[in-house]
Amino acid sequence: MDMKIQTKNLNFYYGKLHALKNINLDVKEHQITALIGPSGCGKTTFLRTLNRMNDTIHKTRVDGEVLLDDKNIYDRSVDVVELRKRVGMVFQQPNPFPKSIYENVAFGPKMLGMKRFVNLDEVVEKSLRAAALWNEVADDLKKSALTLSGGQQQRLCIARVLAVQPEVILMDEPCSALDPLATLKIEELMQELKKNYTIVIVTHNMQQAARVSDFTGFFLLGEMLEYGDTNEMFSRPKNKKTEDYITGRFG
Amino acid sequence: MLNRRLSPKSTQKIAMTFIWGAGIITLLILLMIIAFVLVKGLPGLSWSFLTTAPEGGLSGAGGISTVIVSTIYLLALTLAVLVVPGIGAAIYLNEYAPQNRFTHLIRYGIDTLAGIPSIVFGLFGFALFVTVLHFNFSILSGALTLACLLLPTLIRTTEEAIKVVPRSDREASLALGATKWQTIRYVVLPAAMPGIETGVILCVGRAISESACLFITMGGSAAMPTSLLSGGRTLAIHMYYLSSETNNITGAMATGAVLIIAILITNTITNWLSHRFHKKMAGGT
Repeated sequence: MDMKIQTKNLNFYYGKLHALKNINLDVKEHQITALIGPSGCGKTTFLRTLNRMNDTIHKTRVDGEVLLDDKNIYDRSVDVVELRKRVGMVFQQPNPFPKSIYENVAFGPKMLGMKRFVNLDEVVEKSLRAAALWNEVADDLKKSALTLSGGQQQRLCIARVLAVQPEVILMDEPCSALDPLATLKIEELMQELKKNYTIVIVTHNMQQAARVSDFTGFFLLGEMLEYGDTNEMFSRPKNKKTEDYITGRFG
Repeated sequence: MLNRRLSPKSTQKIAMTFIWGAGIITLLILLMIIAFVLVKGLPGLSWSFLTTAPEGGLSGAGGISTVIVSTIYLLALTLAVLVVPGIGAAIYLNEYAPQNRFTHLIRYGIDTLAGIPSIVFGLFGFALFVTVLHFNFSILSGALTLACLLLPTLIRTTEEAIKVVPRSDREASLALGATKWQTIRYVVLPAAMPGIETGVILCVGRAISESACLFITMGGSAAMPTSLLSGGRTLAIHMYYLSSETNNITGAMATGAVLIIAILITNTITNWLSHRFHKKMAGGT
């Protein structure tokens, strides 16, 4: 299996706070990699280094490498806009724009100037179908995205990412604001999406990591203590702390 | 000790009485002023009053047609000069400026300018536009001075409108591969637009009611303005002339009524816009 993303001795600092310590993690193509760990352990920070979203926060510093298809994304020659087109992101809180459903999905393609090569209507429909939302909104594409339910909004955010045809999708606790039914829908969707995309998901929900992911990394206090096959880790954790965490003894 | 104090229920009653009282008194005073001007002014108001030119000089006779035209010219020109730099500066301060001492100093300066009496801006406008730049007493000088006066207000209101656009919206846009400018242009500004519009209309309201700084930059010509370099008088200045230099109190009151009606209209528009703004932010269509 090919490595889609590899991090090499990745360190991250918020000012003086050393938030990520020597992270070496391999994300395999067309697999779902879950990152688990207690709050404040650095999983979200790590996720945001993968599409350089942390660049938007003042006084932060990265060292080490993040290789996307063997090319360091922190290299000077890398265009951040191009990178974020390849590595899309779904956030913790569903955050559709206060625009129509159609405009939300068409936003990325429009900004990237894809209008010249593609038919926007087709892209919108295809993306909404891929995000399993088309049947629910096909007749209301002009309606404000904010009128949708939380679960629908999150699937709209996924459709919005799919519309720019990324290679990797980063998900930052995508179900934490959703009810169990909406969560189930997103999880089913992820299984569908992994055929075409590589997914990295941060989750607080141990069962979710066990259910959906192929590989799991356990973070604690800015370090990755354990990484491996999900079934393996949940049945025979190598590290005592991993075991304590996944069996609910702390965190 | 405890039972000598008033019970929470009583203090609640007293506080509510004071708050209601203060509200009612404020409202009554306002209503009295508006009613007074309207009652005194409306009888003098007629179609011919609105469409004839004032005689000017020491005569208070005539209508206010040229005054209305000057006021509209002045407002249009002020907005044309004011809006782009005002909104641009707000975008810069909020989105681009590094959060350092220099930016802090600029903000402090803007806040200070917002509190300076308008006559000081008038003197500045007189010195710069009227004399040094030789625009003389003109609508142009008045508009430029007014723009300086209103700039801090517009920057601040625009900044507030931009600030309430959630960070998550910006991140969503950036994560989709939009550039920073695209994010501002297509996500931040549309969401902030009703708030910005509210700020602009507030500026219009202040511009209509301003008199001191225009008095010494626009002059007080009662003639119909022929170009932006003509002098002119606004409704507020005309009121001052009528009441202080002629005895036409009825004319002054009628002008005041026109002024109040104009301000009521702009405020209604402002309220409607900000209402729409909050509705939009809260998730309506």
